[in-house]
Amino acid sequence: MIYKGRVWKFRDNIDTDAIIPARYLNTSDPKELAAHCMEDSDPQFVNKIKTGDIILGGENFGCGSSREHAPIAIKEAGISCVIAKSFARIFYRNAFNMGLPIFESAELWAAIKEGEEITVDSSAGTITTTTEGRTFRINPIPPFMEQLIADGGLMKHIAKKW
Amino acid sequence: MGYTITEKILMTHTDLKEIQTGQLINARVDIALGNDITAPIAIKEFRKAGGKKIFDQNKVVLVLDHFTPNKDINSAMQCKFVREFALEQKVTHFYEGGNVGIEHALLPEQGIVLPGDLVIGADSHTCTYGGLGAFATGVGSTDLAAAMLTSELWFKVPQSMKFIISGNLQKWVCGKDLILYIISRIGVDGALYKAMEFTGETISKLPMADRLSMANMVIEAGAKNGIFPPDAITKEYVEKKAKRKYTFYSSDADAVYSDVIEIDGSKIEPQVAFPHLPSNVRGVSAAGNVKIDQSLIGSCTNGRIEDLRIAAQILRGKKAAAEVRLIVVPATPAIYKQALQEGLLEIFMDSGAIISPPSCGACLGGHMGILAAGERAIATTNRNFVGRMGHPQSEVYLASPAVAAASAILGRIASPAELA
Ligand code: SF4
Repeated sequence: MIYKGRVWKFRDNIDTDAIIPARYLNTSDPKELAAHCMEDSDPQFVNKIKTGDIILGGENFGCGSSREHAPIAIKEAGISCVIAKSFARIFYRNAFNMGLPIFESAELWAAIKEGEEITVDSSAGTITTTTEGRTFRINPIPPFMEQLIADGGLMKHIAKKW
Repeated sequence: MGYTITEKILMTHTDLKEIQTGQLINARVDIALGNDITAPIAIKEFRKAGGKKIFDQNKVVLVLDHFTPNKDINSAMQCKFVREFALEQKVTHFYEGGNVGIEHALLPEQGIVLPGDLVIGADSHTCTYGGLGAFATGVGSTDLAAAMLTSELWFKVPQSMKFIISGNLQKWVCGKDLILYIISRIGVDGALYKAMEFTGETISKLPMADRLSMANMVIEAGAKNGIFPPDAITKEYVEKKAKRKYTFYSSDADAVYSDVIEIDGSKIEPQVAFPHLPSNVRGVSAAGNVKIDQSLIGSCTNGRIEDLRIAAQILRGKKAAAEVRLIVVPATPAIYKQALQEGLLEIFMDSGAIISPPSCGACLGGHMGILAAGERAIATTNRNFVGRMGHPQSEVYLASPAVAAASAILGRIASPAELA
């Protein structure tokens, strides 16, 4: 799969409260959640992004609570994929389980500026910047996870054999 | 090559004869937990996948504790949705209303989770049950849906880190201080994807309430699970509560660990995690003059009867500072009743405390204790992220019940030793 968009950079340890604050968890409606995506980190975030844009986090992205509302809010806001130096494990599970593509890259964060446009090619395992054509590697995804994404998430994967 | 307790519990929940760290496995779950925030999504996913019947009505546990008593119409709708599902599926362990408590205090107390179990919960603090010697980990709503449907879930077998803690703890130092200290040493991703196993002479004497409170916070170091090998203290705790069989597992002598960390527990003073990370920890003596607006004693980390007893011991005959809102939240109805019978609630009321019904409410900035911009709280909870208890410009400091009680009296972050 190819994901192309502008990059929005965030710090290390972006927790799920920063992605979707608990005060909005009295609903699971994706549209309402998306309206508050990243609100406590950047109140203007949802107004600035375009469909297809990419979130770039530092270490331990998505730490904190298990709320699936976090990847739901990101996906519904129109973000095509999330790249980070590393992910917290429940966020990592949730993303694959619901079919939000996420990638690990150690070097990208330091190497590019906010707003730069990049292309992620998940099958080639590369990230390329549009203007300068610089290329970075992404960590390969375990085959089982690739299967989850290809099937459209965990429930569809289970439905195949259930 | 031997196995760790975590590996053993995972393996016995599969048909595999051997497993390795890093391996992806499908394992049977003994208990699958959801709450009023996470269960609605799980139920929708369950239905979307064509689910008609949950795998076992005794093994799916639904606890409506986060926004209850319902704080607004949306919360009421979410709870109604879960309640209807629970009734339709004849879920044995469904909690709402007078029987509801904070899930991670409630499940061990009610004997729903037991040693040797494999527990998943759509709540990150599901790791609490590691205190009992169970493998317990937080997952998402879709995971819960999958488990409710198939009784199984995928797991990656984690590496284990071993913490060996020795020495006698100083006065006022408890499990909460130990875990805050450990998180400050290894960082909020110091145990990412790993199991944290706690052993040593200090641990072997540590009461169950403290073990649960420590296991509760391993997620704050990024861990998959925390685990305390079960022993005589575990046996005493579960013996009368258990209504089914349970198993004590232990790590083999030649089990492999990614890290072994030794800690002298006698050197640790009461700890405080400053905003906005649980790893931003200082000893209380180095806290400086931090004025507070609110002190919250409760949550799945420290809302047990033992915690309330310590707080009451400090608050007895004293008043919370006039400018401080002191909120005490007994974590379950049984704890509430016990506190009532022991006279603790009277002590709290005389000290000017607000006593909340068992609820997550204030802990996650949900309701009943929200902070305004610029306000500071000391809390016995487990997270101090930006906006965790209210306005993004408010601040949360994490500490033990002893420190939270002393701070309420003095109006600033303080050690109970200052009151002597
Ligand atoms: S008390 Fe706080 S940390 Fe514990 S389950 Fe409730 S909201 Fe989560």
